[in-house]
Amino acid sequence: MSKLLLIIKREFIAKVRNKSFIVMTFLSPLLFVGIGVFVGYLSQMKADLKTIAIHDETGRFVNDFKSDDEYKYLNLSNVGLKVLKDSIISESYEGLLIIPKSTDNTSLQKNIQYVSNDSPGVMFVEDIEDVIAKRITDENYQKQGLDTLKINQSKADVSIKLNKASGETALKGLNEIKIGIGGAFGYLIMMFIVIYGNMVMRSVIEEKTSRIIEVIISSVKPFQLMMGKIIGTSLAGILQFMIWALLGMTAMFIMSSIFGVQMGATSSAQTQEAMQMAQKGMGSDIQMYIKELWNLPIATILISFIFYFIGGYFLYSSFYASIGAAVDNETDSQQFLLPIIMPLILGVYIGFFTVINDPHGTVATVFSMIPLTSPIVMMMRIPFGVPWWQIAISMTLLFGTFLGVVWFASKIYRVGILMYGKKPTWKELYKWLKY
Amino acid sequence: MNNILEVKNVVKQYGDYTALNEVSLTVPKGSIYGLLGPNGAGKTSLIRIINQITMPDSGEVILDGEPLKPEHVAFIGYMPEERGLYKTMKVGEQCLYLAQLKGLSKQEAKTQLDYWFDRLEIQGWWNKKMQELSKGMAQKVQFVVTVLHKPKLLILDEPFSGFDPVNANLIKDEIIELNKQGTSVIFSTHRMESVEEMCDYIALIHKSNKLIEGKLTDVKKQFRTNSYEVGILSNNIEGLMYDLSQKFTLSQTDFKSLNDELKLEINLGTATPNELLNTLIQRGQVTHFVEKIPSVNDIFIKTVTE
Repeated sequence: MSKLLLIIKREFIAKVRNKSFIVMTFLSPLLFVGIGVFVGYLSQMKADLKTIAIHDETGRFVNDFKSDDEYKYLNLSNVGLKVLKDSIISESYEGLLIIPKSTDNTSLQKNIQYVSNDSPGVMFVEDIEDVIAKRITDENYQKQGLDTLKINQSKADVSIKLNKASGETALKGLNEIKIGIGGAFGYLIMMFIVIYGNMVMRSVIEEKTSRIIEVIISSVKPFQLMMGKIIGTSLAGILQFMIWALLGMTAMFIMSSIFGVQMGATSSAQTQEAMQMAQKGMGSDIQMYIKELWNLPIATILISFIFYFIGGYFLYSSFYASIGAAVDNETDSQQFLLPIIMPLILGVYIGFFTVINDPHGTVATVFSMIPLTSPIVMMMRIPFGVPWWQIAISMTLLFGTFLGVVWFASKIYRVGILMYGKKPTWKELYKWLKY
Repeated sequence: MNNILEVKNVVKQYGDYTALNEVSLTVPKGSIYGLLGPNGAGKTSLIRIINQITMPDSGEVILDGEPLKPEHVAFIGYMPEERGLYKTMKVGEQCLYLAQLKGLSKQEAKTQLDYWFDRLEIQGWWNKKMQELSKGMAQKVQFVVTVLHKPKLLILDEPFSGFDPVNANLIKDEIIELNKQGTSVIFSTHRMESVEEMCDYIALIHKSNKLIEGKLTDVKKQFRTNSYEVGILSNNIEGLMYDLSQKFTLSQTDFKSLNDELKLEINLGTATPNELLNTLIQRGQVTHFVEKIPSVNDIFIKTVTE
């Protein structure tokens, strides 16, 4: 067996046998599901009922406020303002809406007050404003002699259909779905780089601190050791992802079969009718969405994902390996890690803020070419359709840079693994390149 | 070829610092060769070059008649000064792995491991993790790892540091045994007792330069001062001292003895030992007469401080 294979095997087994790997692999999906269920439960919980007192001196608005699950409106127009304000302070009511006596709508709309101890939510204030504005608008119409019924009938509701020049129909909200898919892949790459890059670094530091390093490199080239470590660790990571994917699919399968059974059991005429109604209304839309998803460049996405995943991980883990070689313990590594994490975070930000607005703009295009950010940014752009030559340039740059970085990292690695005791400076690292 | 290793004019620089300056060495086959020098002299740099961990800037290294090439790592067993093993890996797996990295097949490695574990009486350790072993136990495993692949040349950098006396002796005996079977050994150390005891050849490196090299006895001859340790029982010490001081340089000395004699160190200068003996015999009873041979320690200190 070649030495590189031996090293890969050892690194892989060392990672996979590690207790934290086993725990992470099987516990984190549980954690993930647990958090999902918890968040779902929280959003299901009903908010506390809040009572709002309305002191409407005009008597024209109070009946427009309809109580619901969240807010209960009380008509307290007959109670004195002083008493009401005191009861707010003593927290008998959440808030007090004061509509002063006025026949002049123009001055009225500026003099309405809301009194409360806690500042109210933006949505809540807007809702109240809408109710009052609607009443005043209607009254204004009547004063002008306009027929509100006819006005309502004349209102138009426009929904523009988005079409691509190629003739396909585009759907609203599709961009969000696309960025979601691209973002998921990009984010996955970033997480993998950070978690497994760190593992590579720790493994290098471990060899340094246990002082086995010199024993090993008297048998193999430092470059072989470094590459074996990077590859072996990545295989462990890929195994972990595969287990997760398998667990995820099994869970999906079980869930869908459970819910399928439930639906059959509780099906009454009513629910069937409702479902049919829903299907009539939304069916065509859902079908279009599904059709549109299938029209995404799925093959390109998956193939690019594999390429960017490997390229990005190898590029970054070479950095991680050389940092591990340069320092004696993990605490010392922070100073060198920052410049590595920065482009990763930058990539994610650019992905979520720039790509979604303008997937083929200059910023997005440039950062999908720069090798340090391209695995993340390009993955987010691809669902929007990227010309093949751009992908080709980006990948060439990525793999070219990877080769350069490996060369540079292996130099630092070679010198660093034999240096003990002192935390090196950037200047010293530069000097090592020339040894 | 009678030399297992020849180092020819090797130069190694780290930035502006010269670690090895035109160093040449010749290690005869079957010898135990002591590589001496103070800390920072360049011993480890040289050893790393021989192990192909680093490359020399210029000069060449000939191993068993061939210029150094990657396959040679299998011929060398190296125990570095900074040594250790994977802490969380099991002893057996670890030894197998390292032996395979040296080019042994898994089967060969197992056979060798059984032999050595038996020999050092550590059979029960196969499934123990390194971190469960004491330091002395770990050192034994380290030694096994070094010799497992039957190297032609053993390079041991400060081999006895960290060993307790019992284990140090055990390992020393194993090294001597391997040497009898034909393995050449290079010792890098500044523990002079072990050099005195074991080495046939020595070289001394100081401040990146080789200062001395040769057979231990030859080096000692080179450093002999023609001085003798003398013990004499005499009734006329004053007369004796007078006679001696006319011809030789004298100084008081001490050595172990059962007699209550006069103990002197006498430098003969150009005279012969017989001339000294003649003078002594005329004045008393000679109880002790030994040439003062320079110890490796003396040679080391003399050379390094000069």
